[in-house]
Amino acid sequence: MCWNRIYALIMKYVYICSRNTFRAMDIFFWPIMDLLMWGFVTMYMLKVSNTVPGLITFLIGAVIMWNVFYRAQQVVCISFLEDLWSRNLLNIFTAPVQVREFVTAAYILGLMQASIVLVIMSLVAVVFYGFNILDLGIYAGMLLANLMLMGWALGLVATALIVRWGPQAEVLAWAVPFLVQPVSAVFYPISVLPQPLQVVASMVPAAHVFEGMRALMTGNEAIVWGHIGSAFLLNLLYLAGAGLLFRFLFEQAREKGLLAKYCS
Amino acid sequence: MLETILKVESLNKQFGNFTAVEDLSFSVRGGEIVGLLGANGAGKTTTIHMLLGLTKPTAGAVTIFGENLEESRVSILQRVNFASSYVHLPYNLRVVENLKVFAKIYGVAKPGEKIDELLEMFEIAHLKFKTSGMLSSGEQTRLNLCKALLNDPALLVLDEPTASLDPDLADKVRKILKRVKEEKGMTVLTTSHNMLDVVELCDRIIFMHLGAIVAEGSSEEIMTRFGTDSLEDVFIRIARTKEKVIA
Ligand SMILES: Nc1ncnc2c1ncn2[C@@H]1O[C@H](COP(=O)(O)OP(=O)(O)OP(=O)(O)O)[C@@H](O)[C@H]1O
Ligand SMILES: [Mg+2]
Repeated sequence: MCWNRIYALIMKYVYICSRNTFRAMDIFFWPIMDLLMWGFVTMYMLKVSNTVPGLITFLIGAVIMWNVFYRAQQVVCISFLEDLWSRNLLNIFTAPVQVREFVTAAYILGLMQASIVLVIMSLVAVVFYGFNILDLGIYAGMLLANLMLMGWALGLVATALIVRWGPQAEVLAWAVPFLVQPVSAVFYPISVLPQPLQVVASMVPAAHVFEGMRALMTGNEAIVWGHIGSAFLLNLLYLAGAGLLFRFLFEQAREKGLLAKYCS
Repeated sequence: MLETILKVESLNKQFGNFTAVEDLSFSVRGGEIVGLLGANGAGKTTTIHMLLGLTKPTAGAVTIFGENLEESRVSILQRVNFASSYVHLPYNLRVVENLKVFAKIYGVAKPGEKIDELLEMFEIAHLKFKTSGMLSSGEQTRLNLCKALLNDPALLVLDEPTASLDPDLADKVRKILKRVKEEKGMTVLTTSHNMLDVVELCDRIIFMHLGAIVAEGSSEEIMTRFGTDSLEDVFIRIARTKEKVIA
């Protein structure tokens, strides 16, 4: 791996974002909108009934963490799509860039964007709702790291599908998180899901993360490590799977001559 | 005779049942400028994409600088570059930013100096801080060529590089390519539908038809073989032949 090349790929995307208001909105605007919207929903719910203790922390915590996952996943795809849209992919793939370096750059961009979003949302949450994510302590880092890993894995899966099926699949960049959201137990516990979906949810790292977060908030720290461990093991599995899928579909695209077709 | 830079052996590409490239073998020696010619759909771009590792051959081997492309893609591509009229640089980056990114990717030693030198050479220094997407197509073509020369490639692969240049600039670009070739010993493989490009630039021509090579040699040799003094005549005769073998 050559870090100079990875740095160059990151620099390119940072340039692109700094010139594109709509990309910058992904970082600075939409996450805050999300937070405000869910903040109002919670405030309304608290007004009509106050039966769920700590509802505000549940929901605000969930929105912030969900965004970390969502933005990390999205950037992995979009950094690829930007090259596809601008017909630059052939310049990249005819340069001495290894696929590994390309993916690593996308992962680092995901980490960067998710971190910025996390900081911004956390600050807004402190100011508007008195919610401080740091109160979750060391666990917060573990939970967030797991969301990050899942964002990478799903981002790579979506990118692989775009590599293979081209621009017609680009909507996956935005849609994939919502495919897993119902079984990610973001805003409700796994237990509310029908039995078969509970089984599915138990295989989704994010579901463990959000269960862990709620356990933590209700003082049930004993089970948090279990969730963190499960999420981590599942993530390792999915990251490896995503890597294999990407390699497989990338090679298929090369065989079918699609790389050159979609990208020019 | 100079060393062989590029060697293509029995290259074949099937897209499903369709044969785009069939049993293609040729080699290119150091310092040569070779033109890959042929009608639309002859298989030129497919061939070029296989030489760059973008498309995987169904059969056959590509050896560049004595190394197998599938095995040593990255080290080979470090000394190769590519430009084409259908490939662009990110449109919302400034010209200089785009070149900086690629200079970094190729590990260019003094990127600032190199970028200025190339921009001067292709007469687009005044566009250094302009957004790339706002360039005219001829300016973009020259920007692509700047990118393609950033790493002083030992092998430059071009797919219709002068497609959108006016005759004056096309002439200048040909002269630049010739000069760089002389100064740096660069080898060039280029496709083109512009016969003037080919006659003026190429030391040797490879004519493709229906995925296979049907004629090879200097433009004079090929014109003599076809009994004409116009390469365009040769081109049209080959293009209008239904068979894979040209009589
Ligand atoms: N990915 C692909 N899948 C299926 N067929 C393809 C693919 N790429 C190219 N072809 C077919 O292969 C043939 C050769 O295409 P290619 O692009 O190599 O032609 P070319 O010589 O570059 O033509 P042009 O002068 O028009 O650029 C064409 O008939 C084309 O339809
Ligand atoms: Mg072509």
